[in-house]
Amino acid sequence: MSMIRVENLKKSFGDIEVLKDVSTVIEPSEVVCVIGPSGSGKSTFLRCLNRLEEITDGHVFVNGQDITDNKNNINKIRQDVGMVFQQFNLFPHMTVLQNITLAPVKLKKLSPADAEKKAFALLDKVGLREKAKAYPGELSGGQKQRVAIARALAMDPKIMLFDEPTSALDPEMVGDVLDVMKDLAKEGMTMVVVTHEMGFAAEVGDRVIFIDGGYIVEENVPKELFGNPQHERTKSFLSKVL
Amino acid sequence: MQDFIPALTELYDKIKAAMPTLLDGLQVTLYIFAVAIVLGFLIGLVMALFRLSPIKPLQWISKIFVDAIRGTPFIVQLFFIYFGLNSLSFISLDNTWAGILTVAINAGAYFAEIIRAGIQSIDKGQTEAARSLGLDSTQNMRFVVLPQAFRRMLPTITNQAIISLKDTSLLSIIGVADLTQRGRVVVSATYDPFTIYLLLGIMYFVIIYLLSLLSSYLERRFVLR
Repeated sequence: MSMIRVENLKKSFGDIEVLKDVSTVIEPSEVVCVIGPSGSGKSTFLRCLNRLEEITDGHVFVNGQDITDNKNNINKIRQDVGMVFQQFNLFPHMTVLQNITLAPVKLKKLSPADAEKKAFALLDKVGLREKAKAYPGELSGGQKQRVAIARALAMDPKIMLFDEPTSALDPEMVGDVLDVMKDLAKEGMTMVVVTHEMGFAAEVGDRVIFIDGGYIVEENVPKELFGNPQHERTKSFLSKVL
Repeated sequence: MQDFIPALTELYDKIKAAMPTLLDGLQVTLYIFAVAIVLGFLIGLVMALFRLSPIKPLQWISKIFVDAIRGTPFIVQLFFIYFGLNSLSFISLDNTWAGILTVAINAGAYFAEIIRAGIQSIDKGQTEAARSLGLDSTQNMRFVVLPQAFRRMLPTITNQAIISLKDTSLLSIIGVADLTQRGRVVVSATYDPFTIYLLLGIMYFVIIYLLSLLSSYLERRFVLR
């Protein structure tokens, strides 16, 4: 069964139609990178996948469950879908450790002791064990984003969504965050990554989706999409960013 | 110099004689303040959550309540609750409870606006992060939004608490034996309004000063990070 199935997804903000008709399927362990000009709807597309944006029309199935159907418990579904934001959105009144353990403990997924053990294991993984007692305000941007990734992983999600995870970082911080994401991809995590890092998309992505004007204009394996784009709009976008 | 020492002694005796009565009053004032401020805060919290809820009728209730209280004088509210409500046969409030209720409701309307603004000042990315982890809206409020909002609100909350403390002195009008009413009693017995009202002012000032010290201590204790 596919991890995510998007059928004729439409999303409007008032009169403005941001996503006009988007359909695609994401398979388990697939790493899909979503690229496109700003305002193309790529972030909105990602945010519809866990219903952070209410979906205007169409269907999104996560793990076979239709998230547009109010009979399905969206809070339960979201536990399986981790999300990492451009602006990190760490909880500033909590330590790094508390940020990571909050959801698993409050949602009764783990005991406080087990959640802490898991948090340290995740901090090891992102290379920040020594920051467990620090507050987000004491971390650099790259460290914050790595903590945010650990926080999302603490719920053992089946899917990870990344919304321009490196766009707010100083250039020298980008590498550390991308390295953590590469490790995740290697471990077989299903990932959807909205990004401007074409190098990352080419190297790690199994597939690249180019969104423009509210439609998927073109999707293909990175080598084909970057090396041999079929559509004029894809060509013109790539000529500006590559 | 010869006149100075006796004058000072006389003043000391006057204060000493007035003190037991005034301290009784102070106790009543602090009791009313403590109960009313806790009640008022709960009213404010509920009204703020009503205002921010997606359910329209709850928003209306909150808006009407806040507008009605902010748009009328404290004294009118006090008279309405003490004389007005008590004129209904099925309600009977003594003057202390009528006073507590008025201060609580009055503070509640202002707290509602303070808390609403505090909640809205928290970046919506915080809520998105919490919800994306699977927390429901109640858990998001309780663990993520409100703890941050309260830290931000602390100075404004203190400000309203100080105003409410001063408002309690108006309860003397309906005969509550608070600090101000006790002061008036002492004045009518001693015929010395200058000394007694000055003393009264100093006592209120000290309490309010202590309150603002407590607030700045709390602000330092829970630094916004």
